[in-house]
Amino acid sequence: MIVADKKPIEEIIEEIRDYERILVAGCNECVTVCEAGGKKEVAVLASALRMYFMNQGKDVQIDEVTLERQCDHEYLEEIRDRVGGYDAILSLACGVGVQFMAEKYFSKPVLPGVNTAFMGGAEERGVWSERCQGCGQCILARTAGICPISRCAKRLLNGPCGGSTKGKCEISKDVDCAWQLIIDRLKELDRLDDYEQVMPIKDWSTERAGGPRKIIREDIRL
Amino acid sequence: MRLQYSSSIKIIRLPCTGKVDLLHILRAFEKGIDGLYVVGCLEGECHYKSGNLRAKKRVAQAKEILEKVGIGGDRVEMFNLSSSEAPRFVQAAEEMAARVKNLGPNPLRKAFKKMAA
Repeated sequence: MIVADKKPIEEIIEEIRDYERILVAGCNECVTVCEAGGKKEVAVLASALRMYFMNQGKDVQIDEVTLERQCDHEYLEEIRDRVGGYDAILSLACGVGVQFMAEKYFSKPVLPGVNTAFMGGAEERGVWSERCQGCGQCILARTAGICPISRCAKRLLNGPCGGSTKGKCEISKDVDCAWQLIIDRLKELDRLDDYEQVMPIKDWSTERAGGPRKIIREDIRL
Repeated sequence: MRLQYSSSIKIIRLPCTGKVDLLHILRAFEKGIDGLYVVGCLEGECHYKSGNLRAKKRVAQAKEILEKVGIGGDRVEMFNLSSSEAPRFVQAAEEMAARVKNLGPNPLRKAFKKMAA
């Protein structure tokens, strides 16, 4: 899922300082799972902001809503009738949701409430790590299910570099060497011969480096 | 033991401090309470295993938020004691009552008065 982290409240206060009627909009999917922008976080943030502005003597109306997803037009439509009553929308969805919200409610300022970080998953409660960078050409079949594009600091495709020490990457002792993990797993799967095969030159045009991307599925378009 | 403690304290009983939610704390301060403290089992002795540890984290979160919004993180606190330690219960009560008295009323009360006027 998309992993995001809460924005510091000081930053959010700075973003919304000019507005008097704010709708805090959460998202029920990824940001709920990583506890950054779900219904609970919306309630906590709204309560904190109300207390802040009341303490400042400013009369600011802060309302809450949580949509199923903010990356889908049909869910964003659900607040069409309410939007007119606010000066700004503070969206706690990931970057995608914030942008879709801004596109849909074109004349309404939409502000981000979380910092969207990466595509990853939970290793344990409270710890999320990156697993995928969306390169557009998945090679996990050849690397025993471990991605060298997202987990190798140098994105190497044919084995570890000289900096790999005791299974850790040279950039930090907290980062596993992706290729060590791959080799260990290939051994486990009895497929070490895969390691000997040279990976073909990667086509990076499907990666973000090739420009903003779009996927069009003619087979499902109406 | 019939020990006495400050009458400014209202007790809300829970089966476990793990039931305390961050929102309970924040909304209470939003409505104007002056102080709040959570009394749970000693760490490692929670009847429900880790309820008091969750409460500890939530109280810490509440402290940080209340400090940042200008209400004051000292107004909320967590205490751990065994249900047989009555004198310690009284000690916690008196400590919080004195602390909150020192800090004064919730700053939001002034705002409420202004809005009512």
